[in-house]
Amino acid sequence: MAAPPLSLLWVVPALPLAGFVVNGALALAGARTKRAVSIVGVGTLALAFAAAAFAVVGLARLRSAEPLVFSYWDWLNVGELKVAFALQLDQLSAVMLLVVTGVGALIHVFSVGYMRDDPGYARYFAYLNLFVFFMLILVLGASFPVMFVGWEGVGLCSYLLIGFWFNEQINADAGKKAFIVNRIGDFGFLVAMFLIFWRIGSLDFTTVFAKAPTAFAAGGALVTAITLFLFLGCTGKSAQIPLYTWLPDAMQGPTPVSALIHAATMVTAGVYLVARCGVLFALSPTGSAVVAGIGALTALFAATIALKQWDIKRVLAYSTVSQLGYMFVGVGTGVYAAGIFHLATHAFFKALLFLGSGSVINAMHHAYHATHSHEDAQDMRNMGGLARHLPWTATLMWIATLAIAGIPPFAGFFSKDEILGAAFAEGAVRPIWYAFWAMGIAAALLTAFYMTRLMRYTFHGPNRTGDREREHLHEAPWLMTAPLLVLGALTVLGGGLNIPPLFGGGALLEHWLEPVTGAAARLQPPIEVAAGTEWTLVAGAVLVAALGIVAAFRWLKLETLVPARLAPAERGLGRVLWKKWYVDELYDALVVRPVMWISREVLWKVVDARLVDGWLVNGTAALSRALGWAGSRLQTGEVGAYVLLFVIGVIGVLTLLGVTVR
Amino acid sequence: MYRQWVLTALLAWPVLGAVVVLLVPARWGKHVALGASLVEFALSVPLWWVFVPDGGVQCFVDLPWIENWGIRYTVGVDGISLFLVLLTTFLVPLSVLGSYNYIKERERGFYALLLVLTSGMIGVFVALDLFLFYVMWEVMLIPMYFIIGVWGGERRLYAAVKFFIYTFFGSLLMLLAILALVHAVGVRSGVYSFSYAYLTAHLGGLGPLAYWLFGAFFLAFAIKVPMFPFHTWLPDAHVEAPTAGSVILAAILLKMGTYGFLRFALPLFPAVALHPAVQRVIVTLALVGIVYGGLVAMVQPDFKKLIAYSSVAHLGFVMLGIWALTLQSVQGALLVMINHGISTGALFFIVGMLYERRHSRLIESFGGIARVVPMLAAVLTIVSLSSIGLPATNGFVGEFLVLIGAFRVYPLPTIIATSGVIIAAMYLLPALQRVIYNPLDKSANEKLPDLTPREIAVLAPLLACILWIGVYPQPILRRMEPAARQFVQSVRLNAAVFTAGR
Repeated sequence: MAAPPLSLLWVVPALPLAGFVVNGALALAGARTKRAVSIVGVGTLALAFAAAAFAVVGLARLRSAEPLVFSYWDWLNVGELKVAFALQLDQLSAVMLLVVTGVGALIHVFSVGYMRDDPGYARYFAYLNLFVFFMLILVLGASFPVMFVGWEGVGLCSYLLIGFWFNEQINADAGKKAFIVNRIGDFGFLVAMFLIFWRIGSLDFTTVFAKAPTAFAAGGALVTAITLFLFLGCTGKSAQIPLYTWLPDAMQGPTPVSALIHAATMVTAGVYLVARCGVLFALSPTGSAVVAGIGALTALFAATIALKQWDIKRVLAYSTVSQLGYMFVGVGTGVYAAGIFHLATHAFFKALLFLGSGSVINAMHHAYHATHSHEDAQDMRNMGGLARHLPWTATLMWIATLAIAGIPPFAGFFSKDEILGAAFAEGAVRPIWYAFWAMGIAAALLTAFYMTRLMRYTFHGPNRTGDREREHLHEAPWLMTAPLLVLGALTVLGGGLNIPPLFGGGALLEHWLEPVTGAAARLQPPIEVAAGTEWTLVAGAVLVAALGIVAAFRWLKLETLVPARLAPAERGLGRVLWKKWYVDELYDALVVRPVMWISREVLWKVVDARLVDGWLVNGTAALSRALGWAGSRLQTGEVGAYVLLFVIGVIGVLTLLGVTVR
Repeated sequence: MYRQWVLTALLAWPVLGAVVVLLVPARWGKHVALGASLVEFALSVPLWWVFVPDGGVQCFVDLPWIENWGIRYTVGVDGISLFLVLLTTFLVPLSVLGSYNYIKERERGFYALLLVLTSGMIGVFVALDLFLFYVMWEVMLIPMYFIIGVWGGERRLYAAVKFFIYTFFGSLLMLLAILALVHAVGVRSGVYSFSYAYLTAHLGGLGPLAYWLFGAFFLAFAIKVPMFPFHTWLPDAHVEAPTAGSVILAAILLKMGTYGFLRFALPLFPAVALHPAVQRVIVTLALVGIVYGGLVAMVQPDFKKLIAYSSVAHLGFVMLGIWALTLQSVQGALLVMINHGISTGALFFIVGMLYERRHSRLIESFGGIARVVPMLAAVLTIVSLSSIGLPATNGFVGEFLVLIGAFRVYPLPTIIATSGVIIAAMYLLPALQRVIYNPLDKSANEKLPDLTPREIAVLAPLLACILWIGVYPQPILRRMEPAARQFVQSVRLNAAVFTAGR
């Protein structure tokens, strides 16, 4: 049997779209059938994963160094602007394709269990399917505008899913915040497109990247502006400083959503964008330095906040912000394969951590539900000792914790190590990179600490849930544990994707991505370091990770922790960290409130009502009075009077005209 | 054959329909009006296929009217007016259907006026004789005045008179300018004609007079658009107008202003329009409209006022696109005109439906209703997203073309205008949240009925257009392109010639 042609690539995004249409219709029709919803929701994703796998195998067989572009219809053709609705399959989009559909399918399966009692079941799966559709458009789009369709589309789904339980204002607020903050980033994406089109006359990836080296002066202001505007888009979507504040709030959504959208896939879109536009970033040393610098700063900054959060999902949220920072250090340093590698391994272990926390919350929620208690099911101070009740979840989450901390041989060790190694190497040429490297190492120390803290508070020591509640704590159904097992396996083995030659590996992913990253690498060759230095760096990084874990075991006293409602208020630096450095308050005071105040009190009430409508309109009162006669006649509402006036006017004007003409 | 009578039929049929509506028994009024407007739409549909993109002005009819004064009945459509004609015939049946429950008094009068208004609107878009244009401009003004003043809300008379005085002031200036233009061209060429073709072919050498004439046209059209600071009639008119009035006002009447710029102000006075100082003023006002309109929309407690101010912002994009004078920006501006008609029209329909259920337009009267009216909430969400320009909806396509086209000419102003996409999310999403999300905390909202089949029939065509134009706008863009290209080239060329010749 002949393999289906790769031009059928559209089937991959079309499947979840069809799922959205069916489940959306079921949701609006108020259908009660959960079975049909599950079959459609999970089935389309499973099929999409299969189709994606076919496509990737087909691509591998072709060994094409050029991207395969399939154009389906003309979308925006106006003059020299030509944007087709086209999808692009190359080695980079192939990796994303597998991550999105693979992790996506697992999380859909988990959701069947997690959301089983929710009245909005069909709506949930409709949104989730729609998300996968837009995410696939984002990674497959063959031009900036098509990618932008996915870019804003995933933001929309994120908005809908964060505010999924919309009758609580805190959820709806979080969704809205996510959308608006992301729009600030999207503004940057748009301006970058205008600049690219203005200079190159095209927005297709292949054309832009082929022409970029000649169209832009290396290190020039224009290409730097483009990369910085693009990166503004990334700081929104991938939650980096200064636009990261929406992501922790996004934890208001259902936990599988946090795993899929706010950890594994959507938030990595910015990393993907930088890797995709590697040629542009390679042309702008300043742009790359900003990317790496913001990434390093965010990695460290978010890690400090994670130290003092009590909500299990908030810890993971700040951890995600921090890990995304590492990915930006990677792509900003020009080691795109390393950045994408960390993107993939992070998708495995962070999805595992989030789904694991979902299992925990599920158990806590059921326990509190059974006893009609209103305690916080996500506060770690109410947990403790859960390993006895959820042994599978605890074991799997420990694996993920070791992975994120950077302990060999788990996936996170290899990917994080490559990024930090490359940053250190770059320091030899550009010393500022030593600072980035140091921030990354410091963040790694904190990461090991706060993750161990999370694990110990949640799973070990005495239980603080409550005496009556304790007997209701139990592992989730197998439907939810099975995806965890798969992700656990990926977390253990994922490092094998790209074992560097240092450890005798073949750097598979790096070679696979070469057709895409090659152009950028030629412009900005990565710096190599001696094997001895590299061994030292690896040993140092592992030591730091071990130090963090040990410190968390030594310092944290599980016995003295009290449940959330009895906990004393935080003080000093702990309070500042717990309050997230007061950044939300700062933005509120400096941006949100002033804009609202100026709009309401100045623009609307003074400029619009008093100046324009009052002063300006009344200022032309003389004119108004001249027309006042007509106006007063009109207020009688008599049609006849008006018509008479009108006819007289026309005749008068015509007479006048007739006179002048003659 | 069809080409020869279609425009005249489109002009005459609604008037005929209006007469029939007035003659039939009262309870039949709305049904007859719906039938008449559907026939009108059916008459216009073949234009889509008959129209030849490269064919210039088509369906052209030129008959003598008042020959002594050089006034003729000249009508035709080109790629600029075609879609405005179709938008009009498309929206009128929906407006009639959308008024079925809203209008309860003097029904026949209302529907008759709506039909007369239709003739006036079509007339404005097809007239190629400046006197005919002026007459049609006035014809459409009167029914709208009564629709607001008779069937409007509590402050309807205030709003109606304000609307009337503003617009009438502008149109009076326009009439004077038309007369002066005809006179000036006549004196120099020896032929006194109101013909658009003749006037555009005999321009030049007007000297300083051109500035005065442009100024008069500018005021007339800028009030209609409306551009800041001539916009304050709009929120009042929108808030007080009945649903159909708001829909037509936003969707069609505002477009007459921007259409006026495209058809008359720029082609007749290209050198003035492209004078650096004039450009600066107009681009600045367009930006003020986008930013200021959006920010003021953000703090409105009344949903209808919010949409009214958002119109000021949307039309700011149109003005920017027109003045940037690139192919993309002009086609984008045309598309934004259509999209704004569809999306804002749909928004006004939905707010009207909410009003019929709760007798309130205040955002704070609602909250959490997505649980009780999921379908209405879903439609409101989609329409809002289209209004804030989400890609894959119509809103994005238009704004994107305007911005990417304008960037080459006005880089910094375009960046400021692009911030409008942030502001749009800031005014519409919080309102959306406060209406359909948040706790369902008002008992009056607990039993709201979801969309009825009639309401679905009103909204479904608009939703279909939102997605169609968002995903596959090419059929429209293709039909517009030659006319837009010709517009851009001739205005640029004439501006250069006249400026050099002065």
